[in-house]
Order: sequence, then structure tokens, then C-alpha cells
Amino acid sequence: MKAEIRKLATFVEETREEGGRAVDPPTRRAAAVAVIKNPFAGRYVEDLSELMDIGEELGGLLTEKAIAALGIAGDRAESYGKAAAVGENGELEHAAAILHPKLGAPVRKALSKGAALIPSSKKRGGPGVTLDIPLGHKDAAFVRSHFDGMEVRLNDAPRANEIMVAVAITDSGRPHPRVGGLKKDEIKGVDGLR
Amino acid sequence: MPSVELRKRAIQIEEVFHEGGPVATIPYRRAAILAVIKNPFAGRYVEHIVGFSDDLKPLGLEMAKALIDALGGDPKSIEGYGKGAIVGAAGEIEHGALWHVPGGYAMREALGGALAIVPSAKKVAGVGARLDVPITHIDASYVRSHFDAIEVGLVDAPRSDEMLLALAMTTGARVHNRAGGLKASEIKARDGLR
Repeated sequence: MKAEIRKLATFVEETREEGGRAVDPPTRRAAAVAVIKNPFAGRYVEDLSELMDIGEELGGLLTEKAIAALGIAGDRAESYGKAAAVGENGELEHAAAILHPKLGAPVRKALSKGAALIPSSKKRGGPGVTLDIPLGHKDAAFVRSHFDGMEVRLNDAPRANEIMVAVAITDSGRPHPRVGGLKKDEIKGVDGLR
Repeated sequence: MPSVELRKRAIQIEEVFHEGGPVATIPYRRAAILAVIKNPFAGRYVEHIVGFSDDLKPLGLEMAKALIDALGGDPKSIEGYGKGAIVGAAGEIEHGALWHVPGGYAMREALGGALAIVPSAKKVAGVGARLDVPITHIDASYVRSHFDAIEVGLVDAPRSDEMLLALAMTTGARVHNRAGGLKASEIKARDGLR
């Protein structure tokens, strides 16, 4: 592994009631987070390809962790998202290098499909910073019932020379969706949008 | 006593490989399970509440078992534990105290016996509050290598009429423990302390 991982964390949430009404089956989502050393902290480096390769490794590892935490086969996943927080000695561009060029392919491989863009967010921050990972349906970005977000944080990360990388996977949309829009059973799943 | 109304459950797991020092051969794992339930006594003073402690016992046992499963399923691998509660703003700290007995005994039962008192923390707070759940060795409170804590919390809980109940477990000593004191291998008295 190119990534020097200090720690991994997994979060699973299962909602059984919302607005006073039972959610049956419960909605479930998971996030897997890696805290890694930022190889370029504290200096300007032009070529970020090392971080791109790290992104590829983490895309596979974190997706496997998240679906294992949900206890589902990859093709049962319904929505996904990704995010990164760079410690104070790094650049926002370091998060971009991890998230965008290569992280998506292994995520899609682990889920069997994934025609839609993987929604993302990034920021710089200190230990305890919150990451709001945006979520969208994996095969059709316009599925309105699956627009959501999941907050994760670790009190001790990212340290100044670290990067925290997160992948979130769900087996469901929001509890009690009722704001209309494209439904998951209407997906064509070809262009990633509808 | 009223029935237990569960809104949501969450599990968080951390695997620590190192913290700047030598990489551990077996990563240290620290995990917590959270349950968000309705506080049946919110908004009014109720004198006789202790019976609700018994009502929480099945939930406690279910949580303890789920937490052991999340850590790999072997009760013998668990070396540290702790518990905590966050009571929503319309409740009393005394309501959180109802978790002491069902939370503690559930873990002892699921672990097949454990001698040390289960350390705990609790507070009254709003939605999104964080709680540092203290952790000590399951058989001897003075084992210094196992003193730890895990920060827990959920963005959307506890609402004012809810309680967030937490159990925490770890699989060993802190990753770079070297602060001396009683070692786990030196436990003799079997009195829960040394």
C-alpha cells in the first residue's frame, strides 16, 4: 500500500423511526474513514500522482469496509458519496487528488455498477472537523429520494500532516421520502443522471 | 413501566494502527454502539422511575451482543469497556442514571463475566452533543494500559424528549502504551480493581 494509514473508522446508522412513524425496513447507511499521512504536507509539490494512486487504493478499501459494515453484497448498495479533510499543513488540492482522478473506479467495481457521479465534498481543518459526505443514488443522480448527507468526525483527526478520507454507502434513501421527483424504480441507469 | 421506543441505532468502530510510533502487529480497536430511545419521563417530574431500568435490560443485552459482533464476534477478544448516556434537554440527569444497571450487566453477561466496575459518563445536552465515554480494563480497574475513552454522538440526537444510550468496548491496551502501572498480565486479586 502506498497509503500510510494511521487509523480506520467505520460508522453505521440504522433509522427505525422518523417523524413519529416506523421506518420498516430501517434505512441504513455506513461510512468508512481512513486517516493517512499526507506525503506532501508543508511543501508545494507539483506532481500529485502519488495521492491519486492512494485515492485508488482507498476507494477499494473503504468501499469494502462500508459494505461489510452494512452486511450487504455490493450490488445491493443504493447511494454513495465521498469526502476528504486535509490537515492544516496540506492543500485543498491534495484532497482533490485523492478524491477525483482514481478513487471512483474501485468503488464502482465493488458495487458492480455506479453510473452516476459520486458526489463529494472537501475541506481543510483541524482534529475533530466534521465532514458532511453528500449522498446521491449510484446509478441515477436525479433520484430525489436518495439525496442525503452523512456527517462523520473523529476527535483526533486530521492532524496537521494528515488527510482524512471517507466513503459513504447506503442500502436505502431517506426515511419516508415524499418530495416527488424521479423514483428509483423509474431509473434507466444509462447516462448516470436518470 | 413504559415500553422502550427505539428510533435509531448506530455503531462506530476505530482501528488504530499507530499514533506516530511503531505500527501495531494487531491494530487496537475501539468501538461503541448507540441507541436513541424516547425518554418516557421527559417534560415532567416523575418520582418512581427505577422500574424503567428493568425495561432497558433486553435493549442493553442486544446492544452488547451487537457490539461484540461488530468487533469480530469473540467475547474473549474484548479487554476494555465503558458506558454513557446523553439525556435530551427535557429530561433529568437522573434519567441517564437508569442506564447504569442494564448497560453494565448486559456487557458482563455478553462477555461471560467481567469483574471491574464499568466506568461511565453522562450528561443532559442538546442535539449533536458529544460524550467522552471512559474505558477501563474489564477485570481490573487499575490496569493503566487500558485507560482510554471514545468520543460518541449523533448529529440528530438526542432530541429533547429522547435519550442516547451508549456502550463502548476495546480490544486491548492503548496502541503505544508505555505509562507504566499495573499490567493486564499482573491481575491477581480478582476483586475488580487489581
